[in-house]
Amino acid sequence: MEWFIAKIFAKYNYWISIILMMIGFYGIVAKDNLIKKIIGLNIFQTAIFLYFISLGAVKAGTAPIVDAEIIRKGYVYANPLPHVLILTAIVVSVATTAVALSLVIRMHQEYGTIEESEIIEKSRDKGMTWT
Amino acid sequence: MIVSIDLILLFFVVVIAIAAITLRDLLSAVILLGAYSFLMALIWVELQSVDVGFTEAAVGAGATTAFLVATISRTVRWEKK
Repeated sequence: MEWFIAKIFAKYNYWISIILMMIGFYGIVAKDNLIKKIIGLNIFQTAIFLYFISLGAVKAGTAPIVDAEIIRKGYVYANPLPHVLILTAIVVSVATTAVALSLVIRMHQEYGTIEESEIIEKSRDKGMTWT
Repeated sequence: MIVSIDLILLFFVVVIAIAAITLRDLLSAVILLGAYSFLMALIWVELQSVDVGFTEAAVGAGATTAFLVATISRTVRWEKK
């Protein structure tokens, strides 16, 4: 049993990542406000980034800036491959956020509200049948 | 990677994420999201990935917060119900 608890707490970064992921998921699914949904989306994305960066981290390592001195002294450094993936993903996340926010502004111009239920109601009143 | 600093930062990140989701004032929620991004940048510097850390501090905490504040200034500030 103690062995099991130690195993669970040794990987605490992954547990925190899953907790953040579920907080963001709650924001996306349960909140009615569209900007709150975008905030939840951002939190979800950051949780996934945290998972990937935790995969590359090394105990008592340094940043992956390789120098002849560092190799000679036998230091270890973090795996740089997840860093490169996440660097790209951060830029993509900002782009998706910007597109989502522009759509929110357009919906506010059209319907005068940013609450999802009111937008669905007003689009029904306008005779749109897909909802 | 220092475990105590890591645990303190992760605790604050979870608390700020819950606050940013539950607050009804959207401007406060957006500012808390900026604080969340900055704490994430600190976590990534502490997890030996300095390049991701400064990209997040510039792009996540800076640009995303600016976009969200601009959107709130063009729409509404308070969440209903």
